[in-house]
Amino acid sequence: MDADRNDPSVDTTDASVGLASQSLSPTRMAIRRFVKHRAALVSLIVLGLMVLFVVLAPLTARYGVNEAVFKTSPENPNQFLSPRSIAWLGTDDIGRDLYSRLIYGLRISIFIGLASAIFGTILGVTIGAIAGLRGGWLDDVLMRVTDLFLAFPFLVTLLVLRSVMSSVSWLEPIVGKPTSIRFVIVLFVLFGWMGVARLMRSQVLALKEREFVEAARALGAGPVRIVLRHLLPNSAGPILVALTFSVSSSIIGEATLGFFGYGPQPGAGSTSLGKLVGGAKGALLPGYWWLVVFPCVLLVLVTLFVNFIGDGLRDATDPKLDGAR
Amino acid sequence: MSGEVVLSLRDFRVTFPTLFGDVQAVRGVDLDVRAGEILGVVGESGSGKSVTFLGLMGLLPKSARIEGSATVRGTELVGASSKIMREVRGKRVAMIFQDPLSALNPTHRIGNQIVEMIRAHHKVSTKAAMSRAIELLGQVGIPQPTDRARQYPHEFSGGMRQRVMIAMAIANEPEVLIADEPTTALDVTVQAQILEILQRIQSESQAAVVLITHDLGVVARVADRVQGMYAGRVVERGNVDALYAHPTHPYTQGLLQSLPTVGRDRLQPIPGSPPNMMDPPSGCAFRVRCPHAVERCAEEMPVLRPIGDQEAACWRADELRGVSLR
Repeated sequence: MDADRNDPSVDTTDASVGLASQSLSPTRMAIRRFVKHRAALVSLIVLGLMVLFVVLAPLTARYGVNEAVFKTSPENPNQFLSPRSIAWLGTDDIGRDLYSRLIYGLRISIFIGLASAIFGTILGVTIGAIAGLRGGWLDDVLMRVTDLFLAFPFLVTLLVLRSVMSSVSWLEPIVGKPTSIRFVIVLFVLFGWMGVARLMRSQVLALKEREFVEAARALGAGPVRIVLRHLLPNSAGPILVALTFSVSSSIIGEATLGFFGYGPQPGAGSTSLGKLVGGAKGALLPGYWWLVVFPCVLLVLVTLFVNFIGDGLRDATDPKLDGAR
Repeated sequence: MSGEVVLSLRDFRVTFPTLFGDVQAVRGVDLDVRAGEILGVVGESGSGKSVTFLGLMGLLPKSARIEGSATVRGTELVGASSKIMREVRGKRVAMIFQDPLSALNPTHRIGNQIVEMIRAHHKVSTKAAMSRAIELLGQVGIPQPTDRARQYPHEFSGGMRQRVMIAMAIANEPEVLIADEPTTALDVTVQAQILEILQRIQSESQAAVVLITHDLGVVARVADRVQGMYAGRVVERGNVDALYAHPTHPYTQGLLQSLPTVGRDRLQPIPGSPPNMMDPPSGCAFRVRCPHAVERCAEEMPVLRPIGDQEAACWRADELRGVSLR
């Protein structure tokens, strides 16, 4: 290799002839920048542990999700126990261990958050890419539909949908029972794709004018290849960031629904963060503070961590911010 | 220099409809490019030189109206289906763009981008395509091509990226290579290297090359023939040496006079500015800036006709030929 450099026939005026020892891909550079973002890195680690914890719920929880701490007897009530060794975070109105229920609840919440964010993003990316790439009347139609969905009051739609579901039986195989987890996810996907669609459309509009896309077309690439190889990889950063924030907003959305009692009523009496927060509505006044504090703190922490990760991703994937930190 | 005609345009027109009227960017261009020759296309910004070739490649916005005929060895490109166009682009007609900094996808390795180009047109294994890609990188003078193929565009300098673009363009051995200002974004020493590579590749592959530029020096260096364009029409065409020695059309004369030369202390610019292509002057579009214009220039549009061994589109070409340049 060094012979190359001494060979006079090889041009050495180019500054880049001396090869860097190691090639850095855009992904690896992004990871490097992400790791430098303290809050994001810590959040990722803590959240990762949390996910591991809730995935292994049967091992990590001390009691079953509906299991009472110990047998009720008149002299030893197990309702509303304050935090203690047999129930680290106390018990609820029928004697169930809050710590175990938080683990199971977080499991459902994170699942709902991830699933609705991923499917919503896929839907949004598809619609946005079609709108941006095809343009013309299709773009107009798709973007007006997007506006329409943005203008819809989410909660009202939810209530109407729940009440008419029983009479529209063919809907059920698609969206699931109004009490199921699937119903909540379908709902969030249905009302969560618009931001991503707009984002993707603007990305496509900007990218398709870039010269490398034109060069790819000039050298014979078809539309599918252009979307998959050129447009998607170059908009992966913003899309990933949007996906992350969509996870946290879905988790909060589920909590909102659960608080009002419209959340999923999972089989086997399983629970979710929203249900736990909602179930604590009347608990503060009589002094059962743990029922309020722990679910709320967990909800806040989880959404905060997810948002920190989103921030870190944004900084890591936006090359324009490079060096600003 | 008399290979068969590969690329042929007849009465080629490009019009952009706008809210304020039609912009006639290209107004009837005839040209032939033969295998094994380099045709230089010169003209100022807005003369239609780039639009002509982007138009025949089908790379203009959908709103652009393209008329006339453009054939590559008999295949008509004007009005061709998108399937045919995809087949033609890259495989039969390839293009090199002005700005190599933005013409490569920043998210893929150089080697993979060339591989993709090859596999878009040929059914070969990734491995075979990669060894071809490395061979191509070597051909365009990139040292350590095997290592370089694994790198990303940001790890390449401007000149190196333009070499990669050339490698991509020649990957499928196109019959026509269109270089749209390939050296404009590069500094002078790198320019010379790129031109050298272009010339070498061309003589090896016997492709027909169209070199679009506004740099008369570049044309003089590498082109066999040169054509000047003004206001969407060809104004003069001929052998490089002959045309530089005896420019016949007043516009070409003006272009050459506005070049800095040793021994002349003042540049002579062409007075005025390019015409509004929404409403170009009647007859010869250059007449409003031409020092030799006569009445006939406003009445009839001059057509390209042989003057000596070159061609010029000027009514007074016979008298003006040989007018000494100070």
